[in-house]
Parts: sequence; structure tokens; C-alpha cells
Amino acid sequence: MTSVPTLELRGVDKSFGPVHVLSSVNLTAKAGEVTALVGDNGAGKTTLVKCIGGIYRVDAGELIFDGTPRTVNGPRDAALLGVEIVYQDLALADNLDIVQNMFLGREEITRVRTLDENSMEKLARQALDSLSVRTVRSVRQHVASLSGGQRQTVAIAKSVLWQSKVVILDEPTAALGVAQTGQVLDLVRRLAEQGVAVILVSHNMNDVMKVADSIGVLFLGRMAAQVRRKDVTQTQVVELITAGRSGDLGLSPEESSGAAV
Amino acid sequence: MSAQTDDLVKQDEPEPDEPAEGLAALGAYIRDYFARVRGGELGSIPALVGLVVITGVFALVHQGFLSAYNLEALVIQAAPIIVMAMGLVFVLLLGEIDLSAGTTGGLCSAITAVLILRQGASWWLALIVGLVTGLVIGFAMGWLRARVGIPSFVITLATFLAFQGVTLILIGGQGSVILPDNSPLIKLENSFVPLWLGWVLLAVVVVGYAATKVNDELGRRRSGISRAPFTVIAAKVVILAVLGAAFTYEMGVNRNLSTNAFFNNKAQGMPWVVVLLLILFTVWNFVLSRTRYGLHLYAVGGNEEASRRAGIVVSRIRISVFVICSGMAAVSGIIAASLLQSVQSNAGAGNTLLLAVGAAVIGGTSLFGGHGRIIDAVLGGLVVAVIINGMSDLIQGANSAGYEWVVTGAVLLLAAGFDAVVRRSRTT
Ligand SMILES: Nc1ncnc2c1ncn2[C@@H]1O[C@H](COP(=O)(O)OP(=O)(O)OP(=O)(O)O)[C@@H](O)[C@H]1O
Ligand SMILES: [Mg+2]
Repeated sequence: MTSVPTLELRGVDKSFGPVHVLSSVNLTAKAGEVTALVGDNGAGKTTLVKCIGGIYRVDAGELIFDGTPRTVNGPRDAALLGVEIVYQDLALADNLDIVQNMFLGREEITRVRTLDENSMEKLARQALDSLSVRTVRSVRQHVASLSGGQRQTVAIAKSVLWQSKVVILDEPTAALGVAQTGQVLDLVRRLAEQGVAVILVSHNMNDVMKVADSIGVLFLGRMAAQVRRKDVTQTQVVELITAGRSGDLGLSPEESSGAAV
Repeated sequence: MSAQTDDLVKQDEPEPDEPAEGLAALGAYIRDYFARVRGGELGSIPALVGLVVITGVFALVHQGFLSAYNLEALVIQAAPIIVMAMGLVFVLLLGEIDLSAGTTGGLCSAITAVLILRQGASWWLALIVGLVTGLVIGFAMGWLRARVGIPSFVITLATFLAFQGVTLILIGGQGSVILPDNSPLIKLENSFVPLWLGWVLLAVVVVGYAATKVNDELGRRRSGISRAPFTVIAAKVVILAVLGAAFTYEMGVNRNLSTNAFFNNKAQGMPWVVVLLLILFTVWNFVLSRTRYGLHLYAVGGNEEASRRAGIVVSRIRISVFVICSGMAAVSGIIAASLLQSVQSNAGAGNTLLLAVGAAVIGGTSLFGGHGRIIDAVLGGLVVAVIINGMSDLIQGANSAGYEWVVTGAVLLLAAGFDAVVRRSRTT
């Protein structure tokens, strides 16, 4: 692995008052790969995602983009660095259509400063096509009328539109049925194939083992291990999630005893 | 649940982009339209149906309801309601409310009238001071809502009462301030556009509308996106032209019955306030449907958190809608003063606000935020004016005012209930 990772976290700490949520977390995400981020409820996955997205400021540690350490002081900084986050709650406006949602906050404007609806519609269509999305009938549909999978699709396609370098998906399949989960996972793969560094937060071991190239396991706010998908079995990953260690992998017995924080 | 949504996905086959011409395209357009209606996007349908039905009923039970004389009365009665409702649409889009819009309008018109009569200020200076007062009031209330975080319901309930008091103090014991006879402010509601100018205006409106629609559609086709067949556009333009011509013609009838050899001041042509309504409608409609700011209003009203994450400065948007609403309330207050040719000490109190909120909601603007257009204010305002005007002929006697209040309250509740039911159908 000679290439420089698109995103690298080194020793990230984050606490809310007295609560240490993350302690010296390391993680790398490479272009063209799906990096899964797993961990039990409350392990700190969402918090880590929000640190990358600039929602929270890290207390200590480095965020390194393409080999250069950067400070991320807000969502704008993160967006400028090419980070796009698809949150658990999706954050789509139900009363707007697909195009309007995909361009929200970054609308195209004509020379006379009116909305350039036509070019936005065209670009939105292209973004969906590039992901081979077939489930959306009209890009002028209101988002309220979409199914869960379709909404997820719209949220993910947004990142293609903005040519994001790092796309973080927080539990994209949590609320979906079998067929739709399959569709979204395909989408995740195609996104990575376009050269994006995808970080997939998930509880679902099947999903993770199916699409991930690399797996980072958070245990009580520590990175128990980041392993290549092909080097581990599902049982080992589950052990890392529940106990923080599995054989040689993971935290030392003292660290994983739970007294870590 | 998930099985259901999976089905939905399978049904949604992509449709190749066909040129939107011919009967097939028209059929597709109409089917698409009804699909949206069933999905809860009712648009102006309820207001239009209501307007036609109520007008029909009153026209049947009351001779002369649609006479030129009564039509003029309807228009000048509706004007202040429509203007205030236009402002309220902005506030309602964010799911906020401005209970003080009525008394803000009253206060601003009182300031204007008092400046003219007691301070001898010129009418335009007094007008500007009145309008600026409205904007400042709106900014203050918006700031209290967005930055201090007081619920808008409470802020505006407080100002509703306070402004009523200020107007009472300003106008003083006489109970009203009468505007000078020759004041241009009175002309707004009581003098008329020359007939030829009325027809020119109609031509401008129809041609402008047609040009905009055709230009939009040509732009879409150039981009390879096409939705509305030209037959649909043509139909809309013809309907607008026919209705506008009927209105302009009817308003051209002389309504001054005492015209004779000695008194030759005819009352014919549409009231000047119609021109003001057209301008306000065009400007705000443009802002809401074609600008980034307008889109962000809908976005914040639909999902505040999503808007914030998209980088929209929500607090600024929130303050702006209160500024617009209070500014429009001031305009509405001036129009009401023009109608009455005076400002009463209770100006803008009573049911003024309820009528305007009712107008916006009847027109189709949601009280829950995220849904609303400027046309809602116009159609809803007309419905409200028709109800009030028709009732005042039907219900007479000592208790008529009481009945009118009861009916007004009932209509507002009905519209709000309808809004709530439609909202539920949208989310499921
Ligand atoms: N704003 C906050 N203030 C205080 N504590 C917080 C805050 N946000 C998160 N926490 C705590 O941090 C810990 C990690 O939370 P986080 O949401 O990151 O977990 P998670 O791994 O995403 O869990 P889940 O799988 O349930 O989504 C939890 O114990 C939570 O209570
Ligand atoms: Mg989480």
C-alpha cells in the first residue's frame, strides 16, 4: 500500500465535559475503497463522523487529507476539503423535490441571479445515471413521496454531484428491507469505484463483510483495530466489537477491560 | 412496510425522455398532474372550487351580487386582506405566526395619518415613515424570535396588544383621524384606472404571462428536459385572458348612478389598488419561485436541520420573513386607511388578522410550514372577501356583527382542519 490515504486520522480525542467519547483514535480511508467503521452502540462512531464533518471540533489529534494535516473548524471547511456526510436521519427537506434537495445550499444561478433550474435538473439526472440508479422515476418528485431506499439514493447521489473525495455514510441500510439494502450496497460499491474514499458506518455484519475493503472497529471510544477485510473472519470482527480484542488483534487486555475511559 | 416500499421501487421504471407533443404527451401530463393531486399536492384547487361555489351561492340568493358595483366593493374589500396575507405567507412558510400583523398595520397607518394631519408632513414622507416603521417592527420581532428564542406566538401576541395600545394613544380620544379629501392615499381605493389603461394593463399581464411560460418551456427543451405540452400553456393563457377581459370589461361599467348633465364624474375602471396588487404579486411570486432566497425559505420550512447542514443561515432567513410580513402589514394598513378614508383608534384590531391568516390558509398555505405560495393569498383573500361581502347582505339586524364573527371563526377553523388533514396525507 504505497498510495497516500485520502483521509487519515491520528490520535483523535474528543470529550463532552467529563465524558471521554473518543481517545486517540486512528483511522485511514483510501480512495476507491470502502472502509467500514463498526462498533457497539455508544462506541463513538457517530461522534467520530461528526468530528470529520466539522460538526464537533476535535480536542486533540490530526485530520490528514491527502497527506496534509488540516484544521476543520466547521461543516464548511469539511465540505471544502471534499467531505460529504450522509447522516442517519438523511436531512432531506420533504417539501422539496430531488433536484432541489441535491443542490440545497449550492444552487446554480443564472446571469440574472435566478435559479438555473434546467442545468440543475440535468446535472442531478447525470449524477443519478452515473450510479446506474433506476429506482427514481422523476427527479422533480417531492422527496416526501420517496421510499426509504430512494431517499438514501438521493442522499448518496448528492455526493457524486459535488465530486466529494470522502463520503461518509452513517447506517445507510438500518431502516431498509432486503431488496433496498442490496440496492444501496451496490450504490456504495459503485461510489467507491468512482475513486471516492467511502466510510461506511454500520451495525450489520453481513453488509460490512460484503462491501468493505477495510474494517475499523471502535470499542468504547478506542480504535480496537483496523484490519483488511480479507484477513479476518466475521467471528473475529464480532469479537473485536464486543470485547475489543480477538486473539492477537485488538487492544491489550488492560485496555479492553472497560476501565479504559 | 418494507415489502410495500420494495414494490414501489420495482414499479418505478425509468421513462425515456420523449418530446412532449401530441395527445400522448398531453395525456401523460394530465395523468402526472392527477398523480400529484392524489399525493396531496392540491395546489389552488380547493380555493378555486371554494371561490366558484361560494360566489355561485351568493349570486343565486342575492340579486346583483356580481354587479359592477358589488364587484368593485369586493375588490377594494379584498385588497387589504390579500396584501396582509401575502406577508403572512412568508411567516407561515417557516411554520411561524405573526399575530400582530393586523395591529402593526393599524399602527403604521395611524403614524402616517397623524404625521399628515397633525405634523403637516407631506403624504409621501408620512407614507415612507409608516412603511419603515413596519420594517423596523418586523426586524425587532424577528430578532427576538431568531436570536433570543422566544416563540413567535408569544412575541406577536405581546405586540398585538401593545401596538393596539400605541394606536389608541396616537389617535386619541376622537376615535379616528380623517384623511384629507384630496390625499393621494385615498385615491388608491377610491379612484379608478382610465379604461384604456385598464386594457393596456390586461394586455401586459397576459403577454407577460405567456412569454414567461413559453420561454421557460423553450429553455427546458433546449436542456433536453420537457414537461408541459404547449397545449397546456395555451389553455392557461386563454383562461387568464378571458377572466381578465371579463373583469376589465365589467369594471369599465359606470357605477355612478347620479351622473347627469351637471354631475359628470363617472365611476368607471378598476380601482388603482388592483395595479398595486399586480405589482406586489409579481414581485413576491418571483422571489418565492425563482430566487435562491425563496428556495431557502421552503427548505428551512421543510427541514430546518437539513438547511443548516446545507450552509443556510437559518436565523437570517427567520428574521427576514418577519421583516417582510410586517412591511406588508404596513402596506395593508395604509390600504385599509385608504378604504375607510380615515384611521380608527381600533385600526387593525378585531378580526383583521384572522381574516388574513384565514385567507392564506384557505388559499393553500400550510400552518405547519414548508407549503405556500403567493397566489394562495390572492385566492384565499378573494374567498374571504366574498364570504364577508355576501354575508353582510344576508345577515341583517342588531346581531349581524356577532354572526359575522362566528362565521369567520368557523371558516378559519375549517381551513386549518383541512390543512391538517392534507398534511397527514402528505406524510404517509
Ligand atoms: N453531545 C453529546 N454530549 C455528551 N455525550 C455525548 C454526546 N454525543 C454523544 N455522546 C456520548 O458519546 C458516546 C458515543 O456516542 P455515539 O453517538 O458516537 O455512538 P455510536 O457509536 O454512534 O452509537 P450508535 O451505534 O447507537 O449510533 C455515547 O455514550 C453518547 O452518550
Ligand atoms: Mg450512531
